[in-house]
Amino acid sequence: MAFKGAIVVDNEKCKGCGVCVANCPTGTLALAKHVNSRGYNYAYMAEPDKCIGCTNCATVCPDDVITVYKVKI
Amino acid sequence: MDVKDIIKPENMVYGKTKLLTDNILHYCPGCSHGVVHKLIAEVIDEMGIQDKTIGISPVGCAVFAYNYIDIDWEEAAHGRAPALATATKRLNPDKYVFTYQGDGDLASIGTAEIMHACNRGENIVVIFINNAIYGMTGGQMAPTTLLGMKTATTPYGRRADLNGYPLKITELIAQLEGTCYVTRQSVETAPAVRKAKKAIRKAFENSMMKKGTSFVEIVSTCNSGWKIPPVKANKWMEENMFPFYPLGDMKDR
Amino acid sequence: MGDKVLMKGNEALAYGAIDCGADGYFGYPITPQSEVMETLMKEMPWETTGMVVLQAESETASINMVYGGACTGKKCMTSTSSPGISLMCEGLSYLAGAELPCVVVDVVRGGPGLGTIQPGQGDYFQMVKGGGHGDYHTVVLSPASVQDMYDFVGLGFKLAFKYLTPCIILGDGVIGQMMEKVQLRDKTPRWTEEEIKKISPWACTGKKGRKRNVITSLALDPSVMEETNLRLQARYRKMEKEDVMFENYKTEDADYLFVAYGCMSRIGETAVDMAREKGIKVGLLRPITLFPFPTAEIDRLVPQLKSIMSIELSSGQMVEDVRLAVNGRVPVGFYGRMGGSVPSPEEILNALMNFIK
Repeated sequence: MAFKGAIVVDNEKCKGCGVCVANCPTGTLALAKHVNSRGYNYAYMAEPDKCIGCTNCATVCPDDVITVYKVKI
Repeated sequence: MDVKDIIKPENMVYGKTKLLTDNILHYCPGCSHGVVHKLIAEVIDEMGIQDKTIGISPVGCAVFAYNYIDIDWEEAAHGRAPALATATKRLNPDKYVFTYQGDGDLASIGTAEIMHACNRGENIVVIFINNAIYGMTGGQMAPTTLLGMKTATTPYGRRADLNGYPLKITELIAQLEGTCYVTRQSVETAPAVRKAKKAIRKAFENSMMKKGTSFVEIVSTCNSGWKIPPVKANKWMEENMFPFYPLGDMKDR
Repeated sequence: MGDKVLMKGNEALAYGAIDCGADGYFGYPITPQSEVMETLMKEMPWETTGMVVLQAESETASINMVYGGACTGKKCMTSTSSPGISLMCEGLSYLAGAELPCVVVDVVRGGPGLGTIQPGQGDYFQMVKGGGHGDYHTVVLSPASVQDMYDFVGLGFKLAFKYLTPCIILGDGVIGQMMEKVQLRDKTPRWTEEEIKKISPWACTGKKGRKRNVITSLALDPSVMEETNLRLQARYRKMEKEDVMFENYKTEDADYLFVAYGCMSRIGETAVDMAREKGIKVGLLRPITLFPFPTAEIDRLVPQLKSIMSIELSSGQMVEDVRLAVNGRVPVGFYGRMGGSVPSPEEILNALMNFIK
């Protein structure tokens, strides 16, 4: 069975630490070139097609700014 | 499949627990405190014990823990959280009582309080954040600072002849008859976080079984104090902290 | 009303705690007050009223256990003697800053340092002026009998909860160690959980149907911290209006006045009687609350007086508050002994005679 996932990052709360990027097993995530109002390069899905909804990114996020969604395909 | 079709409430598999407030954490980017706060909040939420839990925050970076987890909180003087917890629990045995302490708080100024609370076997949970440095005051040497590690007060590296040795306080705690569960965890990877959460949950469950004190150390990073960016700090922790502070259960009975 | 029982001052503190419905006692042994915890352990109130009694690892831990118990709205207390009070001052400052009620007993011995185990009153500055860091006071009660030791525990909790502050019972080794008859009072039951929620809605009783309660003395924003300070100061002014307590002994027609507290007020009363036998009209004012200090009562008495003398087991501490109250209108003398020595009534009378001649 295969899964397809997607995440939503609370851009304003993200501090751009990059721990989610390092923990993403599929290389979905990256830090944005843009910064939020507090000057942080927030995380985003650079390659959304790769997301499998494993929740690793949200699990390790120190600021709890990631919501994960997942569907069976 | 389009992302928009996936992002629907019914497909949500991970979101912020309602036990965490909407306040933005004051911690530095990548700080382990945030992860541990989240785990405690999730455990309290999942156990349904929000109205039965009293947290005790320390002096140090986590002094403001009460801004983030939506339960009743007592803010202790530096190192004294286990004394507060002792009385809070003894006078309110139906409550889940936990302290949240850093290494300076627990292993330096509060050594007497933590030793004796654990030795009395107080039915409390101790969450111990060990990042081997004083974060709040600007990165000074902690009792847990590794030999050779540079801090604001050991600018050329910690030397045993000048500064003594790093303190393995959790190993000492494990020796005490009063403790029932002593474990060392970390939160730098998703599997580690999941293990740490299980440990915290077990510690909370223990506190109603009159088995004694449950002590959960989380080996953590302090990116600002270590002067290493978050992802590299996790790597540094794995390579330098874990050999000296090995992960795993030291005691479980 | 209960029985009349012969007991030591320190034992009276223990029975006073049980009978007034205290929830917790946390202490560390130190002479001359160790009988407080010994009596509680012997009585085992946890079997009767449910009161928790615990021997802590230090005075530092004791006061912080009191802090932890007070956070949950419970009536908690500790007792110690001078060197122990120094250790507790950190906790007292936090209790004052976090606006927590509790009772702390200091059975004062001679100092400084390890000093002596004999009685003293050298902790006046420390307790009456605050003790720990920051701008704060606590209510300070001064017992002068074993009955006071018994009654002041309940009174202390009453004032502590009225003003959300620690209340100090500033005793001394004489009052702690001596034996007298005590009239026991009707037992007050401990507060129920429901009562605590009503009496202390700020307490950590578990977040349910309300915002979370946070007990802290920390506020990084100076405007918030100043608000806390202003609130504390307003309470101190209220105490000065509503809860000053003192006792007059033969002051109606007095030309001269002793001011004395604790065991010194008893010795002073004998000196008053001896002076009156010689035809010298002396009276005595005994402050019962050392904070708030009976400034207004001294102010009222000054016009009839030729001079005032503060007598203390110290080098002269309370005398400073007496001088502030007198404000230069009549001469203020002082006589004191230190290091655990206690003066005789004759000695005090001689000191007065030398001062007024």
